[in-house]
Amino acid sequence: MATLINRISKPRQYLYSILLLTLVASGCYLFSAYIDYRVVAFLLLLVVSVTAVLFDILPVLITAALSALTWNFFFIPPHFTFRIDNTEDMVLFLMYFVIALVNAALTYKIRKMQKESLAKEEKANTIKLYNTLLNSLSHELRTPIATIVGATDNLQNFNSKLSDTNRNELVHEISKASFRLNQQVENLLNMSRLESGFIQPKKDWCDMVELLYETVKSIEENTGVKKISIQVDQNIPLFKLDKGMMEQVIYNLLYNATLYTPQHAAISISARCHADVLKIVVEDNGPGFPPEEINNVFDKFYRLKNTQAGGTGLGLSIVKGFTEAHKGKIFLENADTGGARFTINIPAETSYLNNLKNE
Amino acid sequence: MNNATILVIDDEVQIRKLLQITLESNDYKVIQASTAKEGMITTASHPPDLILLDLGLPDDSGHHVLQQLRAWYTKPIIILSVQSSEEDIVKALDNGANDYLVKPFRTGELLARIRSAIRGNLSEENDPVIDCGSLQIDLLARIVKKNNEIIKLTTTEYTLLCMLVKNEGKVLTHHYLLREVWGPGYINQSQYLRVFIAQLRKKIEDDANRPVHIVTESGVGYRFTAT
Repeated sequence: MATLINRISKPRQYLYSILLLTLVASGCYLFSAYIDYRVVAFLLLLVVSVTAVLFDILPVLITAALSALTWNFFFIPPHFTFRIDNTEDMVLFLMYFVIALVNAALTYKIRKMQKESLAKEEKANTIKLYNTLLNSLSHELRTPIATIVGATDNLQNFNSKLSDTNRNELVHEISKASFRLNQQVENLLNMSRLESGFIQPKKDWCDMVELLYETVKSIEENTGVKKISIQVDQNIPLFKLDKGMMEQVIYNLLYNATLYTPQHAAISISARCHADVLKIVVEDNGPGFPPEEINNVFDKFYRLKNTQAGGTGLGLSIVKGFTEAHKGKIFLENADTGGARFTINIPAETSYLNNLKNE
Repeated sequence: MNNATILVIDDEVQIRKLLQITLESNDYKVIQASTAKEGMITTASHPPDLILLDLGLPDDSGHHVLQQLRAWYTKPIIILSVQSSEEDIVKALDNGANDYLVKPFRTGELLARIRSAIRGNLSEENDPVIDCGSLQIDLLARIVKKNNEIIKLTTTEYTLLCMLVKNEGKVLTHHYLLREVWGPGYINQSQYLRVFIAQLRKKIEDDANRPVHIVTESGVGYRFTAT
């Protein structure tokens, strides 16, 4: 509610509060034969209180002052003058004036305090998020670094004592750690691109068949996993998309699937065209996601409880960010078979040029 | 029989060291420069057979260095660039760089690029028949054969294939291919290129979905490899 009120512009706040005051005052005036003018004072005070809850300090103070004058002019006898004959009425009027102003000021102050405490809470949340980031990062970056440092130490200091197998294994570990480090840096760079706010997809015509096969190939090369099946119609139209971003989206989804499904699980990816909407589905027959956590998986730094080490919790939030940069939508559900199913719908310009006969 | 001289222009000591070891153990002579200025002077005093140029130099932009070098230096220049800067790469290729490598790069890839760049530099062989395994292209008779059977290609498909084959091992940018094959009016019509590349692959590759000859360089262009 507070945000809604903040959206009303200043001039409108004046307008609305004066309108409200006029409305109530004229209502009271119509029924002035039946309502005592002292009761009218309470009704007008109510108007001031309502505006104080809704609007900024200045419109409220003005409403308070105006309501006092209105009451005086129209309701306190003699009518249609600012003159007050009766001492009792004089006291009442002054009291009204003070109460209206105090009412306005106090309400405003309470609201301000509320806002401050909200801001404080938000700041605490940001700090919490930041700490999660630092923990996750220092772990995810330091693990491969520690591996590289440790392995090179071994190779430098105990080279003569190492068996050939162990030496090879150390070199292999260094290579694996470097790859992981590179992957994390890539994720962080993408995240900061998204965070910076002005991420504009550079759209060009994309051959989805090529894109899927290529991305799967790089997953296979990087992870050694060879169990991804691709379903795509060879005659699918070209789509106008940011190829780099789409590669990253598909790569992260598939990489996630290879990371968190058991060895023998099957992973499939499909792409289809539904009337200018590109639909990509990534599915696996692994354990799926715990239903109570499905809503959180796209959050930054969110990691499922009790998961093995390996991710920064950035992969899926990048997927979501890049999909949304294309004005697309992504959702996750557990398939009937139990595995996870990610569905992406992206509206995009299509070209059926490949159905044309070439010369 | 290598013994070609390679100049490495990069400000990072570690990268220079790595390149030096890799190249020297593959029989290249290596000279090094750590700044743009040093690179320009070294190139002028001891013209190398190939230059590896880092785009991010401390004293001048790599693009500027490239333009200045290209004013007189005609031998191959290979660009080293950091990840995800396709625009930079395309710009450098349009400014006369022969090829590019993205850090971190694999050693095998580095050596393959250098070999192909130097080869293109040495030999303009006058053999009209290009043989790449199961694929033969006779530029004189305008005949393309796969597994000894003639493949029917349209004029555009043939022109595109020739363009790629003649520059074997080298990446050709989207704009370059569109301009050379379709004409200057088409440089933004990338959908033609996508469609014709897909059609060519269906005709010349064993598995069009897993191409080995026409390789996509994401965001940059295409590269023909003979293998």
